[in-house]
Amino acid sequence: MSWNETKQLKKRKILGKIFSGLCTMAAFSSVVLLVVLLSKVFFDGWAYLDWQFVTSFPSRFFEKAGIQSALMGSLWVISLTCMIAVPIGVGASIYLEEFAPKNRFTHLIHLNISNLAGVPSIVYGILGLVIFVRGFGFGRSILSASLTTALLILPIIIIASKEAIKSIPNSTRYAALALGASKWQTVRDHVIPSALPSIMTGMILAISRAIGESAPLLIIGALGYVAFNPQGPMDAFTVLPIQIFNWAARPQAEFHQLAAAGIIVLLVVLLLMNSIAIFIRYRYQRKLR
Amino acid sequence: MKVEQKKMQNALMESKDLSVFYGEYEAVKKASIPIYEKTVTAVIGPSGCGKSTFVRSLNRMNELIPGVEVKGEVLYHGDNIYDSKVDPVNLRRRIGMVFQKPNPFPKSISQNVSWGPKINGMTDALDDRVEEALKKAALWDEVKDKLDQNGLSLSGGQQQRLCIARAIAMEPEVILMDEPCSALDPISTGRVEDLLFELKKKYTIVIVTHNMQQAARISDHTAFMYQGDVIEFDETKKIFTRPSKKQTEDYVTGKFG
Repeated sequence: MSWNETKQLKKRKILGKIFSGLCTMAAFSSVVLLVVLLSKVFFDGWAYLDWQFVTSFPSRFFEKAGIQSALMGSLWVISLTCMIAVPIGVGASIYLEEFAPKNRFTHLIHLNISNLAGVPSIVYGILGLVIFVRGFGFGRSILSASLTTALLILPIIIIASKEAIKSIPNSTRYAALALGASKWQTVRDHVIPSALPSIMTGMILAISRAIGESAPLLIIGALGYVAFNPQGPMDAFTVLPIQIFNWAARPQAEFHQLAAAGIIVLLVVLLLMNSIAIFIRYRYQRKLR
Repeated sequence: MKVEQKKMQNALMESKDLSVFYGEYEAVKKASIPIYEKTVTAVIGPSGCGKSTFVRSLNRMNELIPGVEVKGEVLYHGDNIYDSKVDPVNLRRRIGMVFQKPNPFPKSISQNVSWGPKINGMTDALDDRVEEALKKAALWDEVKDKLDQNGLSLSGGQQQRLCIARAIAMEPEVILMDEPCSALDPISTGRVEDLLFELKKKYTIVIVTHNMQQAARISDHTAFMYQGDVIEFDETKKIFTRPSKKQTEDYVTGKFG
């Protein structure tokens, strides 16, 4: 048809196809990478992954070695971290978005938090060592580790929650306030419930980050070999990534396979944590619809 | 003169030299408008004339916009609502508001209506209150079988009547409406207008509209605003038949705006 296919249109169509092709490749590259990574890990670690591995303490003998203390350590640290970081992070974001006056000072706080999110984790480790381990005298304990990790993920939680709260339209707030609601009632009954699904998404990201961190915990003194489960927040500890690193750094090939098995455990813990968060998010979203 | 006398008798609210500034910009300039009990007062004028700003300053909703400054007075039962002793929260439960775009809460229909009374401690016979409010808003028959459904699942016109029901449930004295029909189709608009005739038996209504026919149909008094000034305020009949100002006449006859 002479009236429809021009040379210029053809060129535009080709350009469009190239562009969408490049975007598709970009999207799939990450998936391919993940699949390669996971299959390698599973291939290496599967043989060692059994109940004995999960319930044993680390050992010099690879056939007896297990990950229980690191698993418990990670669970302790991550739970305590969430208990500290989530209320403070969500509280801070509510204050910044709903209550804080919009002036130069609060603008500075906003800017500061965004920058903190980009600070390397090892710097937090040094901070934790100076303040919590030595300053407050909490020692090389789970408490010090949780406080340090909490500081690390606080900016992530605050930024995600702030964005979630910001995305709630003002019309909702006006509707509530026009009924004679106080600011607090408006935030409690409308803003937070509507923002909760997105806040949970931020939480998932933050927890994932926290559970994989090893550098700051190395600095504040997580141990490489712990043959007991922590009994309380003041106990010494190790966490999964450090245990994995420890095994991977050994010369024997069997320990490398143990490291792979440890990675699988870490991934399972991570997925479990995330699925809890997703479950809560889903329930709230259904309530809202 | 007749208007003057009536003002003396029963102006429930009255703005006196009310000016509203957005930073340097004066959106409302010394507006003085009386609002009579159990009548409908329409505020008309072209876009950007300050009519929405004016009506929002009657329950201090304008304060929520950063950088707003108010001068002058708004009297309500003889007291200035901008007095430092007045709590805007307490004021807004007596002076309700319906917005331009329907904005139901993302909650169930009954929760939408019951939330206002609940947070204000009016918790007895809440279900009856919800039913009564929905009936007054002429929505009950359409939603009585699906009170648990989300308010957002209703059509635009139903959502707006839900918002009216939500305001009524608080048993306010005054209901402010900021172009409540501008997002609605003609049939829904007709329903809301019918509703206003019913509501004014019990409530005092101030309605902003850019639709002159609507103002002529539903209101008892009309204020015409232009570029922040109240050009003319009078009985609606007079504004639309023999306005005293040239600008008003030009506007209501469609020469501009």
